[in-house]
Amino acid sequence: MSILTQKDFETVIGLEVHLQFSTRTKIFCGCENAFGKEPNTCVCPVCLGLPGTLPVLNKSALDSAIKTALALNCTVNSYIKFDRKNYYYPDLPKGYQISQFDFPIGHDGYLDILVNGNPKRIRIHRAHIEEDAGKLIHDNAEGCSLVDYNRTGTPLMEIVTEPDLRSPQEAYDYLTALKLALQYLDVSDCDMEKGSLRCDANISLRRAGETRLGTKTELKNMNSFKAVKAALEFEEMRQFRVLATGGTIVQETRLWNEDKQATFTMRTKEEAHDYRYFPEPDLVPFIVEDAEIERIRLTLPENPQAKCQRLQKDYGLSDYDATIIVQDRHLADFFEHCAKHSGKIKKIANWIIGPLLKELKDRRCSVKDLSLKPEQFVLLVEKVENGDLSNLAGKDILITLLEDGSKTVEDLIEKSGLSQVSDDALLESIADETLKEHADVVTQIKNGNHGAVGFLIGQAMKKSQGKGNPKKIKDIIQRRLFNA
Amino acid sequence: MNLNTCTAHELLDLLKQGKTSVGEIFSSLLTAIKTFDGTVNAYVRTARSTEAAPDAKVPIPVSIKDNINIEGWETTCSSKILKNYIAPYDATVIQKLRSAGIPILGHTNMDEFAFGSSTETSCYGPTRNPWDTSCVPGGSSGGSAAAVAAGEAIWALGSDTGGSIRQPAAFCGVVGLKPTYGRVSRYGLIAFASSLDQIGPLTKDVTDSALLMNIIAGHDTMDSTSAEVPVPDYTRALINDCKGLTIGIPKEYFIEGISTEVKEALEGAISVLKNKGARFIEVSLPHTEYAVSTYYIIAPAEASSNLARFDGVRFGLRVQPQKPRKSAIVDMYEETRDRGFGREAKRRVMLGTYVLSSGYYDAYYLRGQKVRTLIRRDFDTAFEHCDAILTPTTPTTAFKIGEKLNDPVSMYLSDIFTISANLSGIPAMSVPCGFSKSGLPIGFQICAKPFAEEMLFRIAYTYEQNTGWHKERPSLKAGGL
Amino acid sequence: MITNTDLQYISALARMSLAEEELKPMAEDLSSILDYIAQLQKLDVTDIKPTSHVLPLKNVYRDDSIKPSLTQEKALSFAISKAKGAFKVPQIVDN
Repeated sequence: MSILTQKDFETVIGLEVHLQFSTRTKIFCGCENAFGKEPNTCVCPVCLGLPGTLPVLNKSALDSAIKTALALNCTVNSYIKFDRKNYYYPDLPKGYQISQFDFPIGHDGYLDILVNGNPKRIRIHRAHIEEDAGKLIHDNAEGCSLVDYNRTGTPLMEIVTEPDLRSPQEAYDYLTALKLALQYLDVSDCDMEKGSLRCDANISLRRAGETRLGTKTELKNMNSFKAVKAALEFEEMRQFRVLATGGTIVQETRLWNEDKQATFTMRTKEEAHDYRYFPEPDLVPFIVEDAEIERIRLTLPENPQAKCQRLQKDYGLSDYDATIIVQDRHLADFFEHCAKHSGKIKKIANWIIGPLLKELKDRRCSVKDLSLKPEQFVLLVEKVENGDLSNLAGKDILITLLEDGSKTVEDLIEKSGLSQVSDDALLESIADETLKEHADVVTQIKNGNHGAVGFLIGQAMKKSQGKGNPKKIKDIIQRRLFNA
Repeated sequence: MNLNTCTAHELLDLLKQGKTSVGEIFSSLLTAIKTFDGTVNAYVRTARSTEAAPDAKVPIPVSIKDNINIEGWETTCSSKILKNYIAPYDATVIQKLRSAGIPILGHTNMDEFAFGSSTETSCYGPTRNPWDTSCVPGGSSGGSAAAVAAGEAIWALGSDTGGSIRQPAAFCGVVGLKPTYGRVSRYGLIAFASSLDQIGPLTKDVTDSALLMNIIAGHDTMDSTSAEVPVPDYTRALINDCKGLTIGIPKEYFIEGISTEVKEALEGAISVLKNKGARFIEVSLPHTEYAVSTYYIIAPAEASSNLARFDGVRFGLRVQPQKPRKSAIVDMYEETRDRGFGREAKRRVMLGTYVLSSGYYDAYYLRGQKVRTLIRRDFDTAFEHCDAILTPTTPTTAFKIGEKLNDPVSMYLSDIFTISANLSGIPAMSVPCGFSKSGLPIGFQICAKPFAEEMLFRIAYTYEQNTGWHKERPSLKAGGL
Repeated sequence: MITNTDLQYISALARMSLAEEELKPMAEDLSSILDYIAQLQKLDVTDIKPTSHVLPLKNVYRDDSIKPSLTQEKALSFAISKAKGAFKVPQIVDN
């Protein structure tokens, strides 16, 4: 009997991503769609599922859904309807979820991702909208659970892939690419910590070369992309061990336990999934005209892959620089604004990827949240490049600009006296004084210790109170030492 | 004069002439309720006082079926599972009544969750027919119909999913209208079958029906299924003449089991309308025999889902069993629903769950919806040849309390003539047209095209003005049974 | 026609425990209704479109504008059991 190794198996993964839309109001009522409010303060008779209430669809939620489906290259159905998915859970106030069964928003789309640098197309099976459920808080001390219905009725889009992913890493790459594509749409904040982006995974193994799918397990409760990857890796290994030793996989839902870094069978056994879908009688159908689809298509932003290619082509950016810049749509927009105002594109890119990105990361925000004006940023970079401003002073000014958009670079230079001294006569006299004061070092240098030149430049800079243009000082000192 | 037995339009005249006051009307009603409701049991709760705004247009108190939400009132669908539930909002029709200055008199009894044709399945006990208290008032809006007939209400609102306004109207000798689906907002009506439910008036005569429709009809942004069709002044349709109108008589409605008295009363009505200019033709509604079956798939299916929210989590009843069985939460669900729902509610929830369950959807629900299309088409075709369709409202007069309670199919068949209008969405009205030998009221039903309520009002008004049935009042004895 | 297994399955789905003595009458009631409904099977409904809505309404939406919510106090005014601003239910154990 041959011993089976992991190479004898192929992993098959499909992902279900739930995306909350950041519309102003909920999907079927006028309650504010807000996160982090006091429990049960963003609720009304409709989203509490009180007897007699009826849903009315939020037009913005439908538009966001169509936009998302189009961005994922889905075919948008011209006839859309809602269905009831019936099941009981305390966070589901009506005992059914308004969802979509046979006529979802979109179907048969795809997302292109890079796997080890090679392009791969991940097919999207379908994308539909539904209402989110409330939140359960388990109070172990009191031996009860508490229900907060604020989240109930948040517009939610479910994006389901075909079983096209072949490894936990691919799943991770798909999620990263998907999140970026979704962020570009501006329909959601895509924040996993807030639950605006959530992911469940299906995984099965089959013998290499086999075309039929193996028995899958469904993994839930992963709170980050890393957790998705870890859960899939754990499950891949667990299934391999079961199969390699002649066992069979039980089709079940397993929960990821972050502390134990393992998946466990859900303890509450639900009965067979029989959701008794039927057309929602309280909502009428929606006919999406071609013109409407085209109108929404026009609002689609350039997707991140296309933007990355174009930045390289139009601005001569390196693949590395372009890839970093497109990680944030607003940063890429900012870059392009700047590039239009400046000839020094490479320097601009460096300043964006370097100091600006560092500041944004420290502040955990996007450039769109701050009032930094591209013209000011360009001016700042150019001042530094021309030697009017030291690197350090430039960074200080950047911080002030980020904090107060009403300030200009010129004002700041003037007020703080950070302007670099480039006056040749003044710099020459400073250099001469320095050389005179450190005659011993000059002797050492002339005896061959060239390393000490830096010391003299440093001393001259100090004498200029940091305002001397370091390049000029260096030039003068070197001229004095070696050309004299 | 007994103010409580007057119609609303009569009272409005008296008020205008300064011959009575809203307070007097209210106290005459309270006296009637006090005197007769021990017997009739039409009310589940009444207002202690009502006040109408001094400038109110129509300050005539109205009684409301117990499945329409009134803010600050217990609203229970006459079910144990909703006892003590205080509604935190007003149904749209209640808002409309309030803006017309109409005070609310009380909530009327009904079959639990409107599941029934006899008002016997209420958790508050059965309502009795004011014409013969050993008989049912019909249902499910039996409390509203009986209250109006008994002079315990001037006028009332009911809801109609398969005949729940028209059948009790016929059994109690009052006028009952089920408007076109989408004509009156369903927001705040506790849903039984969402694609069939409509709120409508139960009144002593046709004029009151038109007056009440003027107030409650119209588009509502809170109800996606409410139609944006302008509301006419229905009182302008009260024309005592049927000249030029063609009325269809469906041959399939004269089935076995229809009583001779009902048949004769209908023939009498036809000749009255003929005398006023109506032309009668025979029409065919070939899928009539499938209406009850179709209804008993679609209505319970929707109901099983609509009733899922009564789960003991947020409001109403919660029961935790003594002995744990599954998990604490599932035990709570099951025990609450087992104790909270009556037998008929359980039957319908089980039936609805069954027809939607995996493997049965196509055979039952989907097929039911397809037959629904055929039933609608029958009406479309018939209305190419006529302006209205006249039928009996019910095959018989009111039956005895307890007679059909344990025979669901026979109970369901008492709605055989009314169900098709709900499946097709068309408006239909029951009008009193005589009495049986034993003194029980008989009604006929008129149906019209969608949003052609005016046609119903015209035909019904013509009939009423040329007969006197609507002026008959039962002679109830005071006190208990 | 309706077996005990059917009844148990349906009552579990509907979250309604039926007492032992309720089972037989429920099975009888449902069977007689289903027997009656079976008449629909003889109709030919090929090519007939199902009707979910009687009115030809479509595209009914509302604008994305905020309406006032209930206060927490009012939202919990009808609660069977409440604590910490939330509806309280028996403990749910997932994992």
